[in-house]
Amino acid sequence: MTILSDTASVSHAIVANDLAKHYRVHRREAGISAALRSLFARRFETIRAVDGISFAIDPGERVGFLGPNGAGKTTTIKMMAGLLHPTTGTVTVAGHRPAARHHDFLRAITLVAGQKQQLFWDLPPVDTFELNRAIYDVPRAEYRQRLDELVGLLEIESVMQKPTRQLSLGERMKCELAAALIHRPALLFLDEPTIGLDIAMQATIRRFIADYNARHGASVLLTSHYMADVAALCPRVIVIDHGTIIYDGTLEALAQQLRPEKRIELRLTATANAPSAWDCGDRGRIVEREGTRIVIQAPQGVVKEILAQAIDELPINDLTVADAPLEEVLGALFDKAAADRQARDPDQTADTGKSVAIEKR
Amino acid sequence: MSRKEKLFAMVRIGFAESLAYRGEFLIWFLTTNMPLVMMLLWMAVAKDGPVGRFGTREFAAYFLTTVVVRLLTGAWVAWQLTMEIRTGTLARRLLRPVHPFVAYACEQASALPLRALTVAPLVVIILLTLGTDLFSSELSHWVVFPLALAGALCIRLGVMMTIGSLALFWDSALSLYDAWLALFFVFSGYTIPLELFPAWIQPLVNWLPFRYMMSFPVEIVMGHLDGRQLLVAFVYQWGYALLFSVLALTIFRRGLKRYAAFGG
Repeated sequence: MTILSDTASVSHAIVANDLAKHYRVHRREAGISAALRSLFARRFETIRAVDGISFAIDPGERVGFLGPNGAGKTTTIKMMAGLLHPTTGTVTVAGHRPAARHHDFLRAITLVAGQKQQLFWDLPPVDTFELNRAIYDVPRAEYRQRLDELVGLLEIESVMQKPTRQLSLGERMKCELAAALIHRPALLFLDEPTIGLDIAMQATIRRFIADYNARHGASVLLTSHYMADVAALCPRVIVIDHGTIIYDGTLEALAQQLRPEKRIELRLTATANAPSAWDCGDRGRIVEREGTRIVIQAPQGVVKEILAQAIDELPINDLTVADAPLEEVLGALFDKAAADRQARDPDQTADTGKSVAIEKR
Repeated sequence: MSRKEKLFAMVRIGFAESLAYRGEFLIWFLTTNMPLVMMLLWMAVAKDGPVGRFGTREFAAYFLTTVVVRLLTGAWVAWQLTMEIRTGTLARRLLRPVHPFVAYACEQASALPLRALTVAPLVVIILLTLGTDLFSSELSHWVVFPLALAGALCIRLGVMMTIGSLALFWDSALSLYDAWLALFFVFSGYTIPLELFPAWIQPLVNWLPFRYMMSFPVEIVMGHLDGRQLLVAFVYQWGYALLFSVLALTIFRRGLKRYAAFGG
């Protein structure tokens, strides 16, 4: 485990050292008899939601925080936002201990969760903006200027005076972002900000986040199950699984490490030459062949040769060369992590990997 | 930016919300009818002769004033805090650089103008039907009445925040508030003027916090208290307000350490 030095927190926006959060949860079987039994002897289980993670994030950095459901992403974000007290370890955000919830710390951060809202449901978003102006001490002239900028970037002028309950999901999310950024935080925690949005709205939100990061140098920590968000916004990813970090680095390096092969997609003009008869020998393998479409996976070094052969032998209408899809790369990473866990502890099943202790009371 | 401006912004947004929920408020207003039921009951009892110093007119004046005090000091923060802890929406408040209790208090205070507006016709009806002779003629009583109302509201908020904060430790914390309410109905003067209790129970009634949440302001406007009694009652009232505020803050601070923010 890498333990970062205390001085690291001075230059980093976020420093987590051996950070852990364990929950004690009550468990019981279904049925009346189990309910009655639990009156006298309650069974508790300790869940290691986050189990000793260390990392550092620089000012202005955009980092994707990835992992399957229940991996510990949101718990970690909540610890960094000061909502949860760590069980062990330390975290420093913008020079503060988040759990202390110092007002200077709260002014330096924002948390936007796609499934939660801070806008007042029955009031227009502009009322929430005005409230945030007051409680975050934003001078009125500066507020006007920031609001104009946010309204322009997010195109919310026509909606911010309607009651929040009458807005569409996309309009609401754009107003949520505006409300969360009125105080111009230096650190953005974004927990699935595009969940449920259509493709066009996802792209708008992504553009806005990138633009905010570029304009104001804010650090962005993003969790999302939409890999397009991560690919577009995050040069670096931290992958967490079963409460531990299983990868921290660039997306390219991850893809290179787990799926080093390139993916060549060929689209043919006609099926007359029966593509099923065509292959590229032992230079690569055909992973999909359907109608006029052929997908080949091959090492980087032989891509040119395969392309030359294909252009020579097939009636090609279009072709693309790309890395393996991010979903596939992450899937491979999780499989590898599960295999490593299994190898370390053969008795452990995937489902119980996070349980550490059962006690009766 | 001054602290006053922040508080004003929170009160303003709370007022805007209370206007948005005016239907809900009207229903609450109309259902605050227990003192009216008690008024009719006690007036029937007093028909054959006064009970202590209370004749039918005195009972009417007492319970109608009780309605006014109840409407001006009502709060809902125990339910709100418990619900926000259980659903995780407390997180929204924790992320803002304002203590959640300050925000709750502002929200409760913001409902006061609308309440005062609805209470005004009731006060006019009381004065037109009963006259002014049943109420205190001393200016000092009317001067300290708002302070007593504020003290009553502070105790209620303190108790509600204390019980609400217990939800950080215990899922069923709200059931404690039901127990509290049961005692409140008996010992606050809400259903029976406290001076009608037997003499041996009076010290207990004066010692418990319930009197200072309801009966005390009513006793002031009815001119039942002399200067010394007023002073002692104010010491009790604001002492309880302080005690419950400190208790609520302590429990909340400790509870946050184990807060799981599920769903938030």
